[in-house]
Amino acid sequence: MSHFNRRSVLKGGATLGALSATGLLDFAKAWAQSLPYKPEANATINLLRWKRFVEAEDAQFLKIVEAFTKATGVKVNVSNESFDDIQPKASVAANTGTGPDMVWGLHSLPHLFPDKCLDVTDLADYLGKKHGGWVPAAVATGTSKGKWIAIPVAFNGGYINYRVAAVQKAGFKGVPGDTAGFLELCKALQKNNTPAGFALGHASGDGNGWIHWLLWSHGAYLIDKNEKVIINSPETIAALEYGKKLYETFIPGTASWNDSSNNKAFLAGELYLTANGISIYAAAKAQGMKAIADDMDHAAWPVGPVGKPQELQLCFPMLTFKFTKAPNACKAFTAFLLEADNYNPWLEAAAGYLTQPLNAFDNNPVWTKDPKNTVFRDAGKRTLPASGIGPVTEKAAAAISDFIVVDMVANYCTGREDAKGAVAIAERQAKRLFR
Amino acid sequence: MTDMAGRMAAARRQTGFYDRLRVNKNWQGLWFMAPAAVILLLFLAYPLGKGVWLSFTDAKIGRSGEFIGLENYEWLGWPWWSDKDGVFWLSVFNTIVYTVVASAVKFAVGLYLALLLNEKIPFKALVRSVVLIPFVVPTVLSAIAFWWIYDSQFSIISWSLKNLGLIDQNINFLGDPNNARMSLIFANIWRGVPFIAITLLAGLQTVSPSLYEAATLDGATKWQIFRNITFPLLTPIIAVVMTFSVLFTFTDFQLVWALTRGGPVNATHLMATLSYQRAILAGNLGEGAAIATAMVPFLLLAIMVSWFGLQRRQWQQGGNDD
Repeated sequence: MSHFNRRSVLKGGATLGALSATGLLDFAKAWAQSLPYKPEANATINLLRWKRFVEAEDAQFLKIVEAFTKATGVKVNVSNESFDDIQPKASVAANTGTGPDMVWGLHSLPHLFPDKCLDVTDLADYLGKKHGGWVPAAVATGTSKGKWIAIPVAFNGGYINYRVAAVQKAGFKGVPGDTAGFLELCKALQKNNTPAGFALGHASGDGNGWIHWLLWSHGAYLIDKNEKVIINSPETIAALEYGKKLYETFIPGTASWNDSSNNKAFLAGELYLTANGISIYAAAKAQGMKAIADDMDHAAWPVGPVGKPQELQLCFPMLTFKFTKAPNACKAFTAFLLEADNYNPWLEAAAGYLTQPLNAFDNNPVWTKDPKNTVFRDAGKRTLPASGIGPVTEKAAAAISDFIVVDMVANYCTGREDAKGAVAIAERQAKRLFR
Repeated sequence: MTDMAGRMAAARRQTGFYDRLRVNKNWQGLWFMAPAAVILLLFLAYPLGKGVWLSFTDAKIGRSGEFIGLENYEWLGWPWWSDKDGVFWLSVFNTIVYTVVASAVKFAVGLYLALLLNEKIPFKALVRSVVLIPFVVPTVLSAIAFWWIYDSQFSIISWSLKNLGLIDQNINFLGDPNNARMSLIFANIWRGVPFIAITLLAGLQTVSPSLYEAATLDGATKWQIFRNITFPLLTPIIAVVMTFSVLFTFTDFQLVWALTRGGPVNATHLMATLSYQRAILAGNLGEGAAIATAMVPFLLLAIMVSWFGLQRRQWQQGGNDD
């Protein structure tokens, strides 16, 4: 790997794509013959998707769309929305019964309006059987009251990003796999003036990601199986105590961080350990910051007192609205996207940003081509659904959007409230939602 | 003759209700007002009414919800309740602080700037248009600029002060609750001052120079001139501009949302941003609507104060105020 800049990456991606495009079309034509769903005549699908992280992923996705159109005659219009805007738009569509036929959103989006989503149980069964079964978090996110209301297409893994040299200088071989060791590492990093830092502001992705790990790894959950609010527990207090000790080792200012703050600070060489997707690494490579790209690596979230991985990874479920005029075309498109011949190149193009929800795709070369990607392979398997141990419902989604537990931890860590007070506020907010 | 009288009587009989209505000025006026009334009803009264209605339901995004009476408001509670919604009342507090401090400073700075610009200064037209720039830049853009200025790692202010050797750690602009409040208020002031300054400047220029001449001949000091001529004549404009300013500040959303999203720990959540977070992001339309509706009494109060407080005719004309 000699000189490596954004342009050369783009060029490389383009030629790669051109080669595989004809292959895709051949596959699509053959696939269309044995379609599990016959699209309606002259059907058009309007699809609203989350705005890409990686250009190559988007390009590969559009190639799949194109092949689908050529093979079936179904026109697919894809529009993009940023993370924050997709939920309001989808909600308005659900509310008014007009708008995009399909929405590819985040987390538990379909659970905001489960009644408006097309039942795709047959499709999920078909895909699950064909591709080695769904990971548990995918089942939890995709189903509502025993029915599949969306197809989880991918997860976006967020893991520990760290500078190798700094961690070694702190006296560690790598990131310890347990919470106790992890705290020691962060303390040592702070001592060396190479601090860690996680977002503690209203950062929908990064903030919710590490706070849920913090709570869940200590066995603290917002709700139980019956949606009873159980945040007021000794486990929560333990998690808060641990969180505060961790926060004290952070670089100053994390209470104001949003989702992009840690990327900037890490790439500027001021932050030495944080939690993020693979985007920091990708940006370091794409922008020719060889020193950082070579010196950084990823590690899984440490396991806490609970004794097993407890992570919150972002799920991307794809739903079809009941009001669509072309339900079969929408199902056919979803099935087409997750066929191995389409999904594998797409996953590869995503370069580690996205992780499969179906076990058969574990062998995708993207996970082994660069050993720094490997951690992200298990994002789907290590995550709990967005609701933790409770049922994935619109209320669980609302609790995340409302930053209830992020605020609880921030309240305690920044010293605005004592542990009891912080928990009481969160409990009050949660009871408001789960009433 | 009889023939003529007969015809006139017939004509009189034909002037029916419709004929009279046709030439009725009030009836015509009604029709001229109708388009405006329709627009007001359709785009102001209806959404407002709908919003208030939503606050009495458990509407979620995607479902219309059922009437639940005052339940949403009960969950918000009163500030003296022990199980009140602390986040909501914090947002009320934040909104009041934000509005009062920002409006007061904006008024003081705006008036001062207007008085300065009213003096004879070189490049008058140029300076006046430059002053407008913060108002012209889209809020979201200026918010992003401020976001960088206030960044916890890359703030230009922290950087400069550090290089000058005045501080040795970055200033935690948006991470500390009170710093975050001050930073937001400063950004709001920066953005709002030109509006007030330019409007007051327009008001200043309507003051007749002869009044100033007369006052000068009587030997009035600068302060007396300002206190007894400029300020009283300016009050109608001040009333209007401050009403607008208070309304804009109270309902500010973009600046807060772009800079802090209500963080850290809800220290900068305004009622508008909290309403958005709960209604749109978390999907609980009813709760969000209740918070939005709770803004109405505060807004009415603000309008009353600035309107009736400054609109008293007698006071404006130098008479007694009782």
